[in-house]
Amino acid sequence: MENEIKLTAGAVASLGIATAALVVLPYVQVRDIAPPAGLKPYTEQQARGRQLYVSNGCVYCHSQQPRDRNFGPDFERGWGRASVPADYVYDRPHLLGTMRTGPDLFNIGARQPSEDWHLGHLYQPRAYVEESNMPAYPFLFVQKDAAEDGDRVVALPPAYAPPGKVVVATREALDLVRYLQSLVHTYPVVPAADRP
Amino acid sequence: MDSAILSLLGAFILSILGLFAFIWSLRKGLLVENPAGAGVIFGRGEIGRIDDPALAEGARGELQQAASAAHGAPEGADSAEVHERIEADRSSAFPVFMFVAFACLWLLVGSAAGLVSSIKLHAPDWLVSEPWLTFGRLRAVHTNAVFYGWASNACLAVILWLLPRLLRTRLVGAGWAMLGGTFLNAGVASGLGAIAAGWSDGMEFLEIPWQIDVFIFAGFALVILPALFTLVNRKVEHLYVSVWYCVAALLWIAVLFLVGNLPGVHFGVQQATTNWWFGHNVLGLWFTPVSVGAIYYFLPKVLGRPVVSYNLSLLGFWTLAFFYPQVGGHHLIGGPVPGWLTTLSIVQSVMMVIPVVAFSINQGGTLWGRMHLAVHSPTLRFMMYGGLMYFASSVEGSIEALRSVNQVAHFTHFTVAHAHLGAYAFVSMVLFGAIYFMMPRVLAWEWPYPRLITLHFWLAAIGGLVYVIPLSIGGWLQGLAMLDASRPFIESVTLTLPWLQWRSVGGAMLTLGHLVFVGHFFAMALRFGPERTGAALFWLPRGELSHGK
Repeated sequence: MENEIKLTAGAVASLGIATAALVVLPYVQVRDIAPPAGLKPYTEQQARGRQLYVSNGCVYCHSQQPRDRNFGPDFERGWGRASVPADYVYDRPHLLGTMRTGPDLFNIGARQPSEDWHLGHLYQPRAYVEESNMPAYPFLFVQKDAAEDGDRVVALPPAYAPPGKVVVATREALDLVRYLQSLVHTYPVVPAADRP
Repeated sequence: MDSAILSLLGAFILSILGLFAFIWSLRKGLLVENPAGAGVIFGRGEIGRIDDPALAEGARGELQQAASAAHGAPEGADSAEVHERIEADRSSAFPVFMFVAFACLWLLVGSAAGLVSSIKLHAPDWLVSEPWLTFGRLRAVHTNAVFYGWASNACLAVILWLLPRLLRTRLVGAGWAMLGGTFLNAGVASGLGAIAAGWSDGMEFLEIPWQIDVFIFAGFALVILPALFTLVNRKVEHLYVSVWYCVAALLWIAVLFLVGNLPGVHFGVQQATTNWWFGHNVLGLWFTPVSVGAIYYFLPKVLGRPVVSYNLSLLGFWTLAFFYPQVGGHHLIGGPVPGWLTTLSIVQSVMMVIPVVAFSINQGGTLWGRMHLAVHSPTLRFMMYGGLMYFASSVEGSIEALRSVNQVAHFTHFTVAHAHLGAYAFVSMVLFGAIYFMMPRVLAWEWPYPRLITLHFWLAAIGGLVYVIPLSIGGWLQGLAMLDASRPFIESVTLTLPWLQWRSVGGAMLTLGHLVFVGHFFAMALRFGPERTGAALFWLPRGELSHGK
């Protein structure tokens, strides 16, 4: 093998084929997908919460892609129907995830609509799920001696509330919860026709 | 047309094309072995001469004796060619040192972040008060520090050191490469800072914000140009297989990095496929080819024996180049992506068996009857271990891509264990071995404490297994629990905890090994430790006696 042109051309061509298959063709295929009628764009607050979900790396433990019923008991666990490309048209960046150290969150807003639950669970997951290994996020909250006007006080189980203090949610915590509550993909979709 | 007819037609066309390729290769004489090509890394009369600069003079003598006893003594190398090699080494010394030093630095950062993340998974209330210490950020700091900081810097060092040697010329534009290194590492530093501060693009392995990626890309580009100029100005006719791997890898990472990070283009499901096209290819088209190329150079070099089948190594190169780029879709099996895409990726994942077997046959054949030399040579130990783990991780990867296996392993810690089998037990071990070989030539100074190399090897080798094996078992059990609808989800969490603790033990051993390695590296760079003579002293050019022979 003596020819550097063959080497570089061959290397670039082989990657080009793969790029066509894994990047360009999917782009062409989903470019014109219309959002389902039941799916709303994120509100400003939800989008801010989504940004927090991104910056704190929630995606490393939580997927957002329930699988088909013949591929796993995702539906039985209450995670929802199998997702389709149209469910993600507003998602930049995508948050499909590849780990389920914790449960799938694609329909967490339907499963857990309660704001109190989400706030308390973010403050201390073990107050609600004893054996959870999810990190606590105390930095999304402030502890005060007494609540002030307009404060959103977190209702915690007594054993987990700091003695003599109240726990108040920051705007970030409220944004994040608003995003989690928005994760409801229970509307019907036309199943993608050509999925084997 | 339904999919059965399509796939039959596809198989038919492929086999016809394969038949033509076979006939063509017969006509071109490609199936006749080519020992001259394999021997190009040796000077005239040098075959049979062992080489391991990581060894002290006495130990090197023992290694040569052991090798000669088994296969006869070498004739003695042509001194003009050895001199060319000294010149080549001298031209690349500064950039190589720079890249290795940065690699060492990021290795420590990455290990610390990785170890803390690992402990956090079984101690979730530890270090939770600061946002930058939360698991989701530290994990990304770990992956980016080891990918772009440690492994990429080390790969660039290996490439810049190997190319002038293999092309028998001086490195053209070393200054540009060092400027590239500055950009790259400034980018890595600010990227890690951004992730810790919560500014992230949000996709695995593409977290570094694209505004910072501009610098990293400029860094890669500034290294590619000197590499290509060196290639064009070469003084050898034949391009050794390591050159193929190194040059192709450089081009691949530049294209990958550029396309993966294009802002504002990718969205939704298509972004997910791009994400995993990139995520898998960083390993498959960047770290893997450089490491394989390194083994193809260092292993024969230490043994003083050309690779047994040069044609197999080229078959391995082209099959890797064709199959590997398409495997990324197996990260989305069962997901909301087009079915044909995951199927394509599964098929190509299995096809990856071909380059891996080609490589392993070659490695085994070259080592045949000389395995005992590993007792003497640390470089050889690292390379052998890395090569073995390449086989293990690739075969595991091919199996893991099968739908039925993936169903269990997907979404679990099994994937993380697999990633470490590839990126650590294979890639990092090879890079360690390469650095142990290169540095005495680069710094014209011996490793001051050879026992630390042995200590590092065992910490890394055993620590890697302590990490990978329990985590694979835990991940598999986790997957089985998740698939069983009768078991509550939390069971899949609690049952992993003891395995996660073992992972932390393994990770701690690896981190300890890195402290030994990096400490040793800086002791060497700062000229600490006992002074010995007879090393690779190429600033005293009359030291040819011991150099490169």
